[in-house]
Amino acid sequence: MNKVKLTIDNIEVEVDEGTTILNAARQIGGNIVPPAMCYYSSLKGSGGKCRTCLVKVAAGSSKDPRPMPKLVASCSTPVQEGMIVENTVNPEVLDTRKSIVEFLLINHPLDCPVCDQAGECDLQNLSYEHGLEQTRFEFEKRTFDVIDIGDKIKLHMNRCIMCYRCVYTANQITDGRVHGVMNRGDHSEISTYIEQAIDNDFSGNVIDVCPVGALTDRTFRFKSRVWFTNPQNAHRDCPTCCGKVVLWLSGDDILRVNARKNHDNEVEEFICNTCRFDKKSLSDWEIEGPTDIDRHSVISQNHYELPVIDQPKKLTP
Amino acid sequence: MQSLTNRSRVVSKKTMNFWERIYLPAIFGGMWITIKHFFKKKATLRYPEETREFSKVYRGLHVLKRDENGAERCTACGLCAVACPAEAITMVAAERKKDEKGLYREEKYAAIYEINMLRCIFCGLCEEACPKEAIFLTDRITPSNFERENFIYGKDKLVEKIDQRIDVSGRQKHITEKK
Repeated sequence: MNKVKLTIDNIEVEVDEGTTILNAARQIGGNIVPPAMCYYSSLKGSGGKCRTCLVKVAAGSSKDPRPMPKLVASCSTPVQEGMIVENTVNPEVLDTRKSIVEFLLINHPLDCPVCDQAGECDLQNLSYEHGLEQTRFEFEKRTFDVIDIGDKIKLHMNRCIMCYRCVYTANQITDGRVHGVMNRGDHSEISTYIEQAIDNDFSGNVIDVCPVGALTDRTFRFKSRVWFTNPQNAHRDCPTCCGKVVLWLSGDDILRVNARKNHDNEVEEFICNTCRFDKKSLSDWEIEGPTDIDRHSVISQNHYELPVIDQPKKLTP
Repeated sequence: MQSLTNRSRVVSKKTMNFWERIYLPAIFGGMWITIKHFFKKKATLRYPEETREFSKVYRGLHVLKRDENGAERCTACGLCAVACPAEAITMVAAERKKDEKGLYREEKYAAIYEINMLRCIFCGLCEEACPKEAIFLTDRITPSNFERENFIYGKDKLVEKIDQRIDVSGRQKHITEKK
């Protein structure tokens, strides 16, 4: 495959032809990676909806070095030879991102103290880094009733930012579509065609791909806050999935089971519902060791393991 | 040897004269100081009949506030517990049932909320962390007790009674100004 050279925030990187700017930035790593709320590398067709990954292309390519007139979504723009991309060094990008966070939060209820996702929420991190301290929205937010999708998943439509990740997951990971988006524009909502229960072995993965607390685990509902739990990597022999998970423990109790996530906060391998919801006893699992959690994360608070020194991420893939 | 600083003093071993040896002037001098204190303002007061006036921003015993409708404000978000440097706070959350709307303000509430008063250092970080203006430190003092278990204060002692509201406006103002 042909290699393409481009510059992102003054860092030169060589990637395969056809890679998107976002994935090229992820190969560099560190804080120059644009945030992404809707793009999910393992889900086909995802991306291009939330606009948080907008970047400035200061030079289109070495053949045509004119800048692109508008900011482009880095998750769906392929790289070109000699492209110059500006993310954190461009004030226009940061200013736009601030406005986009404000847009995402327009209908978000900001009920983080109640929400089970708090502490590991992408929207929370994004608004902490880029958002305003005060809301300027003066109108009534749209509200929905809380819906039970089956007996294991809870849908808080109020918190949803319409990233479509769960819809793609339901389409691509599970067979037989029972979960989609109804209505259009401001009225659109995630639905299961009149609250039909999702009945599939891998349906629980919609909880993990959800960047906010719209889809949460009913078996973990209000049990604990994530920063009071002790995350441990574990595995088991599962006939349907890889069986590699993270257990969120409190003492010897398994409060929640999640798929493992990589440093882009994306699921490495999807797990089945049996592993996620039914295996809640320590004897079911073989524990490998503590999950690697960023020490600046609230989940690492009050955990007295030896400090892990921040290792610089690899510069070349 | 020459000293490094000028602070050293040579101890004088002077022998006492006659008046110093009979000690009486020194005794009367001491008595005079003691008697003078009879007529001064007392430093103590008769607690608990009398109480001292506290500063408006005194940090004493905690209270879990109710809102104006009498519903508990605390939603068991755990921010006070994670902010607590002494790890004195523990809680267990529960989901509000349909008929409990008047009791709890949010859909989640603290079923168990405990502060260990022996661990607490009354720093006030919990009230600063609280997003729901639920926990406040008041001008009350934690009473003494003989049993260690009795210092673990549960919701029965922490939540304010509906008919005995506790005024925290002083601290509330102080915290909002700080933010």
